[in-house]
Amino acid sequence: MALVELRNVSKIYHLGGEEIRALDDVTLDIEEGEFISIIGPSGSGKSTLMHILGCLDRPTSGTIRLDGVMIQSANPRELAAIRNRKIGFVFQFFNLLPKLNVLQNVELPMVYSGVPARERHRRAMEALEAVGLANRCKHRPSQLSGGQQQRAAIARALVNNPRIIFADEPTGNLDSHTGEAILELFKQLSHEGRTIVLVTHDPEIAAVTPRRIEIRDGRIAEKLDLTLAGLDRPGRAGAASTAGNS
Amino acid sequence: MSRPDPVPRNDSIAPAPLNLGVTLAVGFREIWAHKFRSLLTMLGIILGVASLVAMSALVKGIERGAREALIAVGGLKKVRVEPQEVPVDQRHLADQAVGVNLNDVEAIRQGAPLIAKVSPYMTIRGVLSANGRRYRPFILTGVWPVALEMNEHEIQYGRGFTELDEENARNVCIIGTAARDALWGSPEEVGREIIPVGRTVYINHVPFTIVGMFKHYESEQERRQRELEAKLAAKAAAEGKTNTVRRGSRRRRRGSNFVFWLKNSTVYIPLNTMWMKFRGELEAAGVTSVPRLSVLEVEVRSVERLPEALQQVRNILMATHKGIEDFTFRTQEDWAEGIEQFVRNARLSGGLIAGIALVVGGIGIMNIMLASISERIREIGIRKSVGATTRDIFVQILTESVVLAVLGGLIGLGVSFLLVRLIGSFSPTDNAPVITAGAMALAFGFSVAVGILAGIFPAIKAARLDPIQALRYE
Repeated sequence: MALVELRNVSKIYHLGGEEIRALDDVTLDIEEGEFISIIGPSGSGKSTLMHILGCLDRPTSGTIRLDGVMIQSANPRELAAIRNRKIGFVFQFFNLLPKLNVLQNVELPMVYSGVPARERHRRAMEALEAVGLANRCKHRPSQLSGGQQQRAAIARALVNNPRIIFADEPTGNLDSHTGEAILELFKQLSHEGRTIVLVTHDPEIAAVTPRRIEIRDGRIAEKLDLTLAGLDRPGRAGAASTAGNS
Repeated sequence: MSRPDPVPRNDSIAPAPLNLGVTLAVGFREIWAHKFRSLLTMLGIILGVASLVAMSALVKGIERGAREALIAVGGLKKVRVEPQEVPVDQRHLADQAVGVNLNDVEAIRQGAPLIAKVSPYMTIRGVLSANGRRYRPFILTGVWPVALEMNEHEIQYGRGFTELDEENARNVCIIGTAARDALWGSPEEVGREIIPVGRTVYINHVPFTIVGMFKHYESEQERRQRELEAKLAAKAAAEGKTNTVRRGSRRRRRGSNFVFWLKNSTVYIPLNTMWMKFRGELEAAGVTSVPRLSVLEVEVRSVERLPEALQQVRNILMATHKGIEDFTFRTQEDWAEGIEQFVRNARLSGGLIAGIALVVGGIGIMNIMLASISERIREIGIRKSVGATTRDIFVQILTESVVLAVLGGLIGLGVSFLLVRLIGSFSPTDNAPVITAGAMALAFGFSVAVGILAGIFPAIKAARLDPIQALRYE
C-alpha cells in the first residue's frame, strides 16, 4: 500500500456559472520515502493538487488515502489533526509568524498536538539543529535572511515527524545560491528516508528529484522517471523535455 | 545502546486537548503588542465597571444611612396610633368620639398579647428658657418611662424617669443635646462639654429640674467626621496655633440627617406632669377631655406578625371608641418601603447607565477584534496549516477578547475605588458610599460576560476562514 493513493480525483470550482476543472481525474501513488516533484505552469492545477494532498482541501470527487486514512470523508477536525501530525508544509513565502521568535514558530505544530512545554522546547531545538539554525532560535523571523527563514520553516515542518513533507516553491523567493542550499537540505532529508513532495514551476528545480509529475490543465500530462528517460544528470535536459511538450 | 527515536510519531487523528496556558499567553502577547490600542479598547469596560461599582456603592451608602435612621426612630416594630378626624359616615357621632386616650393604653396592655409595649404621648409646643437664652424644642412631650426605651433613647448623664416622678407629677425633665447646645453652648463652641443635670430650666415659665441628658445622636458618618475634626483641632492646639475649629459646624451638618437632629431636639417630661401643669396648652393643642393623648405608640412583639397585632389593637380600640374610627395607624413600613423603592429605582437607573457603558465597551472590543482578525488572516491560515482546528482558532480569538475585557474589568475595579473616594470627598458627612463585594463581583462578572459575547462573532469569523485563502491573503 502506497503512502498516498489518489484515485480519479477531480476538483471543480464554479466561478460565475462557469465550471472550472482545477483537477481532472487524477490518479497517483506516492510511496513512502519517495522524493517527488510536481511541476507545471501557474494555473495548471498543481497548487490545487498540493492542497488536496496536504489535506487543506477536499476533492469534489474521487478518493484519496493518506497513510491509511480516507481523506475525502474526514471531517475538518480530523483534517486538522492529519495536517498537524502526518504532514509538514514548506511555503514559498516561509509563512513564519512574525510576532513569534524562531523557536516559538517551530514549536507551533506541537502546541496543537498537545506536546508538553519542555518536550516542545527539546524537540524544536533538535529540529533547529538539524537545519543548522539552533544559534538563531531567539531571533524574530524578520531578523533572519530568506534562507534562514526557510530553514526555520523546514524545521517547523519536521518537528512533528510527519509522514510526508510538501514544499510549495520552496526556493521561489530565494536567490539561486540560497535556493540551491535549500534544495541540498531537501536532498539530505530525502536521504534520511523522508517522503518529500516538491511543487514547482521550474523544471530545473524539479530535476533534483528522481520522480517528476507534470500537471497541465488539471491532468497528469507526463510521468517522467529520470533513470528511465536516461537523464542521469539533473538540469537542462529535464527542462528541455518539459519545454518540448508545451 | 542506541538512542531511541527522539520524535515518536503520533498517528492519532483525535484532536489534542486545548492548551489553555499557551492560548492565554498568545492572548496577552497580542494585547501587549498593541498596548495603546488595547488600552483604548478596554476603556469602555473600565468606565462601565467603575461606574457600576461606584453607583452601587453610592446607593448602598444612602441605603445604609436611611436604615440607620430607621433604627434610630425605633425600627419597624413601632406603630403610631394617631387620632384622626371621624370618618364622614360617622360624623353624626363626632361628639361621642373619645379620641386616643389613656384608657386605650390600659386596654391595649390588657387585651393585645401581640403588643409588647404601649407608650402614650402628650405633646405641646413650648419654649425652654435658662441661662438667659430661649430654645424651642421640636419635641416637647410628656411620656411614660417606657418611651425612652421605645424610641431608642440613651441617657448619657443623670437618670431617667421613675414611677414617683410620674405619680407625683414632679417638675423634672430629660433634655436632648440640642437644648443644651442652645441654652448653654455646644462642646465645640465652649471647648468643653457642659452637663446641665441638676440645673433649672423654665418650660413655658414653669421651673423644671433637668434630671438627665440624652447622648448626642448622630449617624456613623457624622461621628467619624466629628472625631476627625476634634483630632485635627487637638493637633492644632498642640502645635500652639489658635483654635480654629469652625464655629457652627454642627449647624452646617444639621440638615444632613433630619432624624438624628430631631432626636437631639427632644425634651421629655413625665406624662402626668404634662397633664397637671400644661392642661391649657394641651387643650390648645387639641387634647381636651380628661385623658386624651396626642399620640400613642405600640411596639409589636414581632414584625412578622405585624398585621395580626394591628388587628388586635384595632379591635380593642373599636370597642373602647364605641365603633367610632377616630384613630389611625402609622407604621414605619411605609418608610422602609420608601427606602427599598428608592434603592430599587436608583439601582435600576444606575445599572442601566452602567450597563449601557458596558455594552458600548463590548462593542469596542468586538470592533477591535474584527480589525485584529482581518490583520491576522495570514496568521490564522498558517496556524491552520500546521494543524490548528477551528476550535483552536475560535478559542484563541475568544480568549483574547475575554482577556481584554477581564483586564478592563480589573482596572475598572481599581478606578471605582478612586471614583468612590472622589465622590466621598464631595459629600464628606452624609451617606459615604460603601463598596460591596457583591457589586464588585457583579461588575467583574459582567465584564467577563461582555468579553465572551463580544468575542463570539469575531471568533466564529476567524475560525471559519478557509486555510487556503487565508494563506494566500496578502
